[in-house]
Amino acid sequence: MEAFRVIVSGFGGQGVLLVGQILAYAGMFSGKHVAWIPSYGAEMRGGTANCSVIISEGEISSPLVEKADALLAFNGPSLEKFEPSLREGGLLLMNTSMVTGEPRRRDVRSFGIPANDLADRLGNSRVANIVMLGALAELEPVLSFESIMEAMRMVLPERHHHLLPLNQEALKAGAESIKEGVGV
Amino acid sequence: MKVIAKRPESLTQQAFHYCPGCTHGIIHRLVAEVIDELGEGGPAVGIAPVGCSVLAYEYFNLDMIQASHGRAPAVATGVKRALPDCIVFTYQGDGDLAAIGLSEIVHAALRGENFTVIFVNNAIYGMTGGQIAPTTLPGQKTTTSPLGRDTVLSGNPIKVCELLATQEGPAYLSRVSVHSPAQVRRARKAIQKAFEVQRKKQGFSLVEILSTCPTNWGLDPLKSLEWLEKEMLPRYPLGEFRTPGGEENGSL
Amino acid sequence: MKTRLMKGNEAVGEAAVSAGCRHYYGYPITPQNEIPEYLSYRMPEVGGVFIQSESEIAAINMVYGTSSTGARVMTSSSSPGISLKAEGISYLAGSELPAVIVNMMRGGPGLGGIQPAQGDYFQAVKGGGHGDYRVIVLAAASVQELYTFTLLAFDLADRYRNPVMLLGDGLLGQMMEEVEIPQDLGDDNPPGKPWAVTGCRGRGRNIINSLYLDPHKLEAHNRKLQEKYKGIMEREQRFQEHHTEDCELLLVAYGTAARVSRGAVDEARALGIKAGLFRPQTLWPFPNRGLKEAARRARALLVVEMSSGQMVEDVNLGVQCRLPVHFYGRMGGIVPSAGEVLEEIKRIEGGLA
Repeated sequence: MEAFRVIVSGFGGQGVLLVGQILAYAGMFSGKHVAWIPSYGAEMRGGTANCSVIISEGEISSPLVEKADALLAFNGPSLEKFEPSLREGGLLLMNTSMVTGEPRRRDVRSFGIPANDLADRLGNSRVANIVMLGALAELEPVLSFESIMEAMRMVLPERHHHLLPLNQEALKAGAESIKEGVGV
Repeated sequence: MKVIAKRPESLTQQAFHYCPGCTHGIIHRLVAEVIDELGEGGPAVGIAPVGCSVLAYEYFNLDMIQASHGRAPAVATGVKRALPDCIVFTYQGDGDLAAIGLSEIVHAALRGENFTVIFVNNAIYGMTGGQIAPTTLPGQKTTTSPLGRDTVLSGNPIKVCELLATQEGPAYLSRVSVHSPAQVRRARKAIQKAFEVQRKKQGFSLVEILSTCPTNWGLDPLKSLEWLEKEMLPRYPLGEFRTPGGEENGSL
Repeated sequence: MKTRLMKGNEAVGEAAVSAGCRHYYGYPITPQNEIPEYLSYRMPEVGGVFIQSESEIAAINMVYGTSSTGARVMTSSSSPGISLKAEGISYLAGSELPAVIVNMMRGGPGLGGIQPAQGDYFQAVKGGGHGDYRVIVLAAASVQELYTFTLLAFDLADRYRNPVMLLGDGLLGQMMEEVEIPQDLGDDNPPGKPWAVTGCRGRGRNIINSLYLDPHKLEAHNRKLQEKYKGIMEREQRFQEHHTEDCELLLVAYGTAARVSRGAVDEARALGIKAGLFRPQTLWPFPNRGLKEAARRARALLVVEMSSGQMVEDVNLGVQCRLPVHFYGRMGGIVPSAGEVLEEIKRIEGGLA
């Protein structure tokens, strides 16, 4: 694939921007060109947050994602807002712990991941975002597990590095949920 | 032969352009004498913004910066932060410091910036032709308050030392006057103290100097000195409002 | 060479430190707040000075003071804040003081919005403040260029004793891209500054001034400035080209609009349309020579801006109205999509056939 375009969206505090940054670092560590764009300003303080990431073999022209290859929807409003931005055949990953509605698109590949429940089972609901990331990594081979772990070491401040094993578990849990077809 | 009077080293040979009877000349000399006394320990940079003293760079025999209206304290901040061991002073009028530049002077004082402000208060805009200033007295006639300052219409005069003295930032605040030889000597002492505070890195120092403007007041030089004493002093009491040691008022 | 993932605003801050800048003054305004936030901890690390000033006006005057001493100094803001700095920029130009001013543009006029825009082209390029002066204007189109142009801005400012404005926008400031940290950080041998005020005795005194009450002296001062600007126009035109060698439809765009246009050009090429892109990297001096050359085979031009059309006037002057110059713009903080620009390309191409 020449370029991979992702939108990550949810409430502020769900670690949405962080997941995007991990994706961008993982892309860079794999020798790709990357661009990460956050929503900013009043929107952020209003409670919703989103970012877009492009990972590309070649130089990135427009850094804006017009048609996304994947959408990570952490909550209902995110699904509603960004579902139309997915390209035909794109990946729709929904956090079914938060999203109660059904996707309207029938021309995309939809996956439900009970990310908060899976994170709770690991003993820390805050890694729900990493569970979602694990699910994406399982579905999209452009991102190796190793590069994501390397990216997490980069993004997490040193004082939180004791949480790396937990995050690794979360990644696996997300990947497993796809393999087992949980809630697809 | 014994030298009993000479031009301070810190003044150039340039003749002042100030009007007859204006006390800017006295104040320039006092500042220059005090900087001379700092000697080798006192390489200095002066900053003069817009006002009658905008041409101060012609008179002070120092590295000088001409600044935009009201912004000298910000410029001085930029200079002092880059040259912490250099003596830095601004020379500002009342329109400049207390109207357009009030924000800059207050915040420089709050930060305790380690430079000295020479603040000349003559209760009027001199350079532009005698308009009402923030320091103009109630009832005082100016070219933009032809019937006299009406405080209902154009507010009350500002007391800069008193205002700054309510805050914790400044290290030295003093109001002096130059309407008599005795007062000139006191003014010199206050200026000395202010520069000393700076040299000791004790923080922000400001000397407010009550000054005359015979041309725009419409009075002859002598009457101007009398008017300053009779009209301005009651409104602008002299004295120290802040010292590093805390022994405010009347020690001059 | 080291590669780092950096936010545009942080790239500006870090590049300033690399350029030897140790003084930063600024006032908060979205979308450039990461510049002061970054420098508020980075400057103390390198023994530098960071002050969050009481206003934009104070910030630019602190810049004026520090620049007077010969030290490298920077301020940053976004559109409304740059309007407040305009007086100070005119003074810097008049007193011939080097300084770097960053504008991460947002939508206007007035308070406008906080999303990316390019409505400050006229302000940056044609003046903004009063008087006959010019500011060198660099327009970055990536986080990489925000880094390298910040380095360049300091060099150009010192070389010409002139303020340099670095233009980005909310998108470039906020986004993260990989940045290759260059080994060459700029002029090895920057010019000395014998004009600086340092308070030294034992040399002739230095005066930083833009006041000349004698009109003849002021005219002479202006002639000297214009002579300097002429030299800058001759030497400092910068631009980048993409598929211009055989293009029939030449797009002209800078900054974020150029990124989008490049995407549109590639899509047009895939459809067999001979489109190309000319991207000015200096907006003043405007790269006229390069534009003329790039437009040699073109039958029409299309200028794309995130404004109602400001640079398009300079493009028209550049090709001296010998070619039809079309314009496509979005305003208010809307970034045009490559798809929109492609539609415009197709429409113009249809008219040419």
